[in-house]
Parts: sequence; structure tokens; C-alpha cells
Amino acid sequence: MSSIVSYGSYVPRFRIKTEEIAREWGDNPEDIKNGLMIYSKSVPGPDEDVLTISAEAAKNAFKRVDLDKKKIGAIYVGSESHPYAVKPTASILVEALGLPYDIHAADYEFACKAGTAAMQNVMAMVDSGQIENGIAIGSDTSQGAPGDALEYSASAGGTAIIIGKNGFADFNRTLSFTTDTPDFWRREGAKYPNHGGRFTGEPAYFKHILTAAKKMMEKESTKPSDYDYAVFHQPNGKFPTRAAKMLGFSDEQVKDGLLTPYIGNTYSGSMIIGLSAILDKAESGDRILAVAFGSGAGSDAFDITVNDRVKSIRRERAPSTMELVNRKIWVDYATYVKYRGKIIMRGG
Amino acid sequence: MRDVYILGVGTTRFGELWDSSLRQLASEAGLKAIMDAGIYAEDVHALYGANTSGGQFVDQEQVAALIADYSGITELNIPSIRIEAGSASGGAALLQAYLAVKSGQYDTVVVGGVEKMTDVPSDVANEIIGGSMDAEWETFFGATECSIAALIARRHEYEGAAKRKNYAIFPVIAHKHASMNDTSHFKNVIKIEDVMNASTVAEPLTVFDNAPISDGASAIVISADKKKIKDSPHPVRIKASSAANDFLSLHDRQKIDSFKAVKKSTKTALGLAGLELGKIDAFEIHDSYSIASLIQMEELMGKEAIRMSEGDEFYFNSSTPLNVSGGLKAHGNPLGTSGLYQAVEATIQLRGKAGQRQVKSPSNFLIHNMGGLGTTSVTTIIGVD
Repeated sequence: MSSIVSYGSYVPRFRIKTEEIAREWGDNPEDIKNGLMIYSKSVPGPDEDVLTISAEAAKNAFKRVDLDKKKIGAIYVGSESHPYAVKPTASILVEALGLPYDIHAADYEFACKAGTAAMQNVMAMVDSGQIENGIAIGSDTSQGAPGDALEYSASAGGTAIIIGKNGFADFNRTLSFTTDTPDFWRREGAKYPNHGGRFTGEPAYFKHILTAAKKMMEKESTKPSDYDYAVFHQPNGKFPTRAAKMLGFSDEQVKDGLLTPYIGNTYSGSMIIGLSAILDKAESGDRILAVAFGSGAGSDAFDITVNDRVKSIRRERAPSTMELVNRKIWVDYATYVKYRGKIIMRGG
Repeated sequence: MRDVYILGVGTTRFGELWDSSLRQLASEAGLKAIMDAGIYAEDVHALYGANTSGGQFVDQEQVAALIADYSGITELNIPSIRIEAGSASGGAALLQAYLAVKSGQYDTVVVGGVEKMTDVPSDVANEIIGGSMDAEWETFFGATECSIAALIARRHEYEGAAKRKNYAIFPVIAHKHASMNDTSHFKNVIKIEDVMNASTVAEPLTVFDNAPISDGASAIVISADKKKIKDSPHPVRIKASSAANDFLSLHDRQKIDSFKAVKKSTKTALGLAGLELGKIDAFEIHDSYSIASLIQMEELMGKEAIRMSEGDEFYFNSSTPLNVSGGLKAHGNPLGTSGLYQAVEATIQLRGKAGQRQVKSPSNFLIHNMGGLGTTSVTTIIGVD
């Protein structure tokens, strides 16, 4: 059975407040905060991108475990903001992380669930015996057009999960649910994505998250009270809170994994950064339900149980997810647009 | 001239119906109405289709021809005509069909209304809704329909008699009634504080002062065929229908916080029906905006409406039942459909089949459908003999 051998996250330190974006566009910040349940979001620095975020997250994962890098047989990176349209992030990471060249490497794309799709493939390769260990990464520097509602949520961050045999958290099962639902998209060459407004809610996010979670509990013969933690994709604070309530999970079960209100929606990192915050504190025997959602649309669900080997993982060797969340430098809107490359410079 | 009866009604659920297209909605409502009337497609002599902005919402004009196609009646080669009068399209189609039957041109006619609004993002939908205003003198300068409603609300408060609470109460009443209606867009009950404290759209109006963007279709079958009326288990009579207009642009009106067309169309309709206002047992009015509800009721019953807004009199089980369907605010507002759903609701109520929200033994319903904010008014009186 495949399991989580280690994990690591990274969140850029720059933050912008909802009030600051609202001030620029003449919105009422209280309406935004009430409507989206987002109070601030992370902003990548000018020298940060999906590659650097992925590398930082993977390095943090390697710090927590004494693992021979030669035993890594695959690296898959899920994102919708890979630095290159053609030229893999994964191959640069092989070099940056000092991984062996005999390695399966590829970039994945499935909107916000590309990272969890990567996890599922690494799990399959481990379970089939094709590789001993593999790394799955979900990371993004997501885009929101100036003045669009997405500008309050689209942020940056990522998580790397090392998957192998004999890790500290066992995958009891994973499953997916996929339909052709055009709720959010970015055409080739377009700078910013489009979305279907309210169509992104009930027929997209809720339908897929709720179906995947229910199918998982049906197949595992579990009920919400059997889980110690639950974490869902979090495009804002409101959606996962409502989904948890609809499924019958308590605030207590979801609060540790709910980070979007403070760092925004890290897209491919969104659910797994929440999962990493749970792994920071989970104890042996704890059971976790984790459900990602990617627009377009689909959900990946994971049922995870932490085992006794959690005592041997050196969590303190890397910053905890909450330390990354709380480490912040506030920026104003002008700095934000400069860092995000929204200013047209000389020469285009 | 002949008496005209409603023999059958049909409606879809209203709401964000992501899985239903314009043609599916229209044919569902039309076929339900025909089945409810207990007639056959061959009995239909004409079809009137109400639709406000199909061309912009889903690239579809010639909506009535499409409805006929998808209802399987095209082979009869009956006339199928679309009627457009902004959000009063439903009421206007009902009026045209009523006149056509009353005149003797046709015996039995289907009138349907449909709007599919959620295939475009809400900002685009709001621009399309603005199409019922003056493009050169209002929308060009950035006005939206809600901002015009907000101007009217501010002026009305400034004039002195009404306060915020006097119109904030109408969405509360609408939601209460909608909670008892299976086809409603919203079924949640709200408080007046929810209305006043919600996110602002255009001061002083919040999201709860606005009717929603909804998909939906409704249809009725009307007839003057004596045999069909005799065979119908629950015929209700259209006692009168009348329309009136005001200036399209708000700035052309002498007084911006009054709807003169409402007063005129209602007075004419009551006269044609030979009824006093006191004989009306319940009202369905065009509550696209809360302030529009208050002004319509003031046009009908004067400042007494302001006093009544402070009590319980507009609830379904009280003296002056208002928007017992849930209204456009809570039952939903698929623009061109709204006037026809009002007729569906009146018919269900007059048949005594409205369940929990049933008004106690009504004889006469007054329905008022409005295009824009007071531009076009259609008042129809439906009752039992």
C-alpha cells in the first residue's frame, strides 16, 4: 500500500489585504470578506514562480526524512502556471533537487487538481512496484485579471508529497469523479482566465466535491464522524465551509486545513497545502478525508490514515505550514501589480 | 364580444437551471399547459411567445417559431408570433392573445413566456437587462436598471412619506410566500434586517432588494370555445386586460417616483371588468425591485400602501394578499416569463389549488406586469364568474 513518506510546503512571504484590493477598485471590503471569506492572499515575489515554489516545497519535504534521493523514481508537477508553455518544470526540478536522471518526470495540468492527479499517478507506480518512491507537487502562481473577482483570491504557493512504501500516512483509497463542465478556463495564449460566475458553484465545485466525498465514504463504509480531519479544495473560504457542512463535517474537523482565508487560493496547491497543515499535527491513528477539485471539472478524493511511523518523521526540520502562513510582509496594490507583471514596461 | 377563459396552465421550476436550454424550458411549460387544458395540439389556432432578450442571452430570435417546432405543432402551420415589451413581454403577449381570441379571429390560443438568462455571466446579464432602458440617454452613461431603481428610491424617501423599511419589507413577504411554492427560485425565509444589511448594489438598494437572474418558462391556454370551456373542470375568466406606457427615460418624466402607466392601465382594466378595486382579492405585481413594489401599490391604493407595509396585511392569509407566488423577487424573474407566471399563479389560486399559500376563496386577481421601471404596464384581471 502506498503512503506519504514526507511532505513540504512553501508559501511566498508577500501578502496583500482584501481591503487594499477593494480600495483600488472601489469595492466594499466588508462585502468581499463576507462573500468570499478571504482576508488576505499571498503574492509571489518578482523572482518566484512555480519552479522556485515547487523546489522550496520539495526541499522542505526532503528535510523531514532521511531518504536516499537515488530511490526517487518519478517526479510529477501539477500547475496551471508552469513558467514555460513548452519546456517541463519537472526536468528543471530534477536538476535543482539533485534527483537521479533515471526518473519519470512530467508536468501535469488539470486546473486546481493537477497536483492531486500527480499524487494518484505516483501512488499507482509505487503500488505496481515500478518505482520505490516518487514526488508529486501541486503549485501555482495563479492569475486573476485586474478588477475581476478572482483578483481577491488568485495567489501563490505549493506542496510536495513524497510517496512510497512504509511512509507515516497510508492511503486507504483514492478515487476520482470527472465530467465535462466548463466552469473556468484559460485559452492558449490568454493572460487571464475566464469563469462562469455563479456556474462555478453548484454545478461545478459542489457537485464534484460532494460526489467524490460521498463515493469515498460509500466505498470505505465510513461516515463524517469517522474522520479526525477533512480538507477540501478551497477557491475561497465560503465554498469548503459550506461543502463540509453539507456533508456533515464539523468546523473542528475542517479548521486546520482551511488556509485560503489567509493566503488565498493557491490553485494546484490549494487542497494539499491544507493537507500539509494537517500532517503537521496529525497523530497516529488519525484519519483524514482530502478532496481536491479542478475546474473543467473533476475531483480527486483521498482517504488517509496516519500510522505509528509518524513518530519517526522529523517535522520540526522544516517550517510548519502555519509558520509559512504567518510569515508575512504586507504589500500595497502598486507593489502587487509590479510583482505580478501587470505593468506594461518599455519594450512591451 | 366573447368571454375568454384560461383553460390550462403550465410552468417550469424557476431558478439557475443549468441543465435546461431555452427550447427545453419553453416546450416543457407549453406542453404542461396543453395537457392541463385537456386539449390536443390540433385545437390550437395560434401561439404567442413572450421573450425579452433571447437574441442576446442565447443568440436566439424567432423564439415563438422555435417553441412551435419543439412543441411539435409546426405541421399545423399556425401563426407563431413573438411579443417583446421588455420585462412586460409576458403581460403584453397575454394581452395580444386575449384580444385576438376576444375578437373572434382565433378560438383557442397558447401563450408562453420563456427566458434563459444563466448562459451568460451575471455582468453580461445585467447589461442585457439594461436593454429595456434608453440606450443613448441612460445605459450609455453607465446607468443600470438597479441604479435607476435606486434613484427612484432616494427621491421617494426625499419626498417624505416613505422610509427605507417601507419598501425593504416587500422582499421579506415575497420570500415567505416563495417558501411555500414548489416552483420557486428561492425557498429561504428572510428578515427585514437581512434586506437592509446585505451587500449594496446601488445605494440604498442591496442584493435582497433586487429580483434574481432566473431561467424559467410559463404558459397558459386561453379559449372562447364554448364546448371546451364547458368541458374544462376549472375555467377562470380573463375579465379584462389593458396596457399603458410612460416615457422610456426617467428624466423625461415629470415625477420620477411615480409610475403613471400603472395607474392608467389598472384604471382601464378595472373599468373594462366592471369592478371596483375593493373587489380585488389578491394582487400579483411586478416586484423586480423592492421600491417598485411600494410605488406600484401606492399607485393602486395611495398612501394607504405605506401604512399597510408596516403591518401584516400583504401576507397570503391577510386582508390584501400580495405576490402570494413569491413574486419576481423570490419565485424568480426570467424576464419575458414573469407576466405569464403571474397568470399561472392567479389561475392556480382561483382554482383553490395553491396548497399552503392558498388565498382564502378568491374571486378576482389583479396581475400587473411592468416593462422597465414604469415604462410599460399591463394590468390583467382574472377571476371566477
